Amino acid sequence: MKQLAHRIDISRWFVPVVAGLSFFYLLVPIVYILIYSFNDSGRTNLTWRGFTLSNWQNPCRPAGLCDAFINSLQVALIATVVATVLGTMIAFGLERFRFKFAGSANLLVFLPLTAPEVVLGASLLSQFLNLGVQLGMTTTVLSHIMFCISFVVVTIRARIATLDPKLEEAAADLYASASTAFWKVTFPLLIPGIAAAALLSFAISFDDFIVANFNSGSYTTLPQFMYVAARRGIPAEANVIGSFMFLLAVSLVVAVQVWRYWRRRSLERAV
Amino acid sequence: MAASGKDLVLEGITKRFGDYTAVDDLSLHVPAGRFFALLGPSGCGKSTTLRMIAGLEHPTSGRVYIGDEDVTATKAHQREVNTVFQSYALFPHLSILENVAFGLKRKKVPDAVEQAKAALELVELAHLAQRKPAQLSGGQQQRVALARAVVNRPHVLLLDEPLGALDMKLRRQMQTELKTIQDEVGVTFIHVTHDQEEAMTMADTVAVMNAGRIEQIGPPDELYDLPATAFVANFLGKSNLFEATVTESNGDWLSLSFAGTTTGLAASRAVQTTGTIVAGIRPEKIIAAPAGQPPASAGSGWAKVPGGRVTSVSYTGVSTEYEIAVQGLGEFTVFAQNLHSTGFTEGDQVDLWWEESNLFGLAGDADTEAGIEEV
Repeated sequence: MKQLAHRIDISRWFVPVVAGLSFFYLLVPIVYILIYSFNDSGRTNLTWRGFTLSNWQNPCRPAGLCDAFINSLQVALIATVVATVLGTMIAFGLERFRFKFAGSANLLVFLPLTAPEVVLGASLLSQFLNLGVQLGMTTTVLSHIMFCISFVVVTIRARIATLDPKLEEAAADLYASASTAFWKVTFPLLIPGIAAAALLSFAISFDDFIVANFNSGSYTTLPQFMYVAARRGIPAEANVIGSFMFLLAVSLVVAVQVWRYWRRRSLERAV
Repeated sequence: MAASGKDLVLEGITKRFGDYTAVDDLSLHVPAGRFFALLGPSGCGKSTTLRMIAGLEHPTSGRVYIGDEDVTATKAHQREVNTVFQSYALFPHLSILENVAFGLKRKKVPDAVEQAKAALELVELAHLAQRKPAQLSGGQQQRVALARAVVNRPHVLLLDEPLGALDMKLRRQMQTELKTIQDEVGVTFIHVTHDQEEAMTMADTVAVMNAGRIEQIGPPDELYDLPATAFVANFLGKSNLFEATVTESNGDWLSLSFAGTTTGLAASRAVQTTGTIVAGIRPEKIIAAPAGQPPASAGSGWAKVPGGRVTSVSYTGVSTEYEIAVQGLGEFTVFAQNLHSTGFTEGDQVDLWWEESNLFGLAGDADTEAGIEEV
């Protein structure tokens, strides 16, 4: 009996403690970013020198920081939109139709995921140079679309696979043309998958340093700016931008959860 | 409410998937407003036939007519035909009301929502209009699927094993309800099922399908009383089939000889009237009597098969099912109503008696095992 009680005790604290440690491990870097965005830093932002709001009041003070931030946002937005649209269509083609070379097409879509990023970046560079394309925003966007598509296809295919094909037949049976059936039935059911794919694309593109570093020429993205700045000391304003992005993501998630909660509440009340 | 049902005609429909022929030169005429059942085992092509009527599949050859219109080349969304799917296929992201209004909205009917509400009244689910399909029980989802189809007043309504997922009690209830709704809306119903009891109790006309072909079409009682093939004789209820030789014919009646005994058979009830044929009789139309004692009802026009031995007895309450081995003929199944508390026990010697007018005759090359469901 005593043995049993002892065991139950262990299980009672084991999970919360491990979970707590995991979260601590995950969130420590972010907490550092947040705290050091308020650091009254000197040349470097590595040691605490006192609290200030001036970094938040004027985050664009370091030359090039905000330009790089806006560049990254632009690249990520365009790459996400294009990759999501193309990737959704590819996912549909691969999942719904049986055609010659479907197997090889499937494999080809996965290849960019498996190739080392450095190799991808370098070979894209040589391709752009051989074609005589001017390096800049266009080449950066093109290369980001390329690797984002793979992630989109993988994510959306999984979602399509869970859709009952009978639903589209039911829509056709109820006088919906193929395009109406897609927009009224298939697409709404795919939205969670498409949203997940788009968020993933945005995050990957926004984060990318290696491929951009090869293919952006004089066009500078935020990760590139940070990399260069790191040699001289990253300014505290970079922490402000990092924190801003983090808080933005968190508030988005919270907003979605709150919206869902209210919608469920109102649905239940309607019933 | 005006009846919207129209005739459905299939003309020489064939559907092949690669080398496999799912439906083989099938022709069918269902008059407007009928409750028609396509009955057959799984894989007999009945669902494929239904999908070709809906336009979800297109025939390899042959034509489909709804009313006078040839719809063979049209797509599903262009046909005034609606389907109640086996899995219901309700749209999970739409409310019950939106599901039911879906078809009307596509047709741009101005009072789509009002009509959808009325259809939900019809299936007694108006109070759940704002719910999502996942919040409903199986039986409720089934009724929504029915309302979603019926609300469009299609010319033909297709039911693809719609009661298959329901439990027995709910099934009986839905059978009656479906029948009532069909009477009310006057739509032509085509009901696909593998459940012979369901087909018999609901449909005015049943087509028995096997291996891509229709074996026989007719009202349930006619199919049961006078099956034209061994498949129908075995698939629709049970039958005792045995080989016999036609020894004499006087026009209206044939004399059959089998295993050392004889019986008469009405020529009008025989598919084949000369040579060796397969004769059949339903188990409840045989009377087993103790050896040497004719049953009270027997008289002229009765045949007697002596030398039976009871090999198995299963008591079901209202009746008892006997397996009786007859020398040279094999096993006979006999259903006896339990009018008295005494029955036979295993090993009893009995004679089998039947009224000759109940016998039916099939072609001599009929496979007597066809259509027996493997359990």
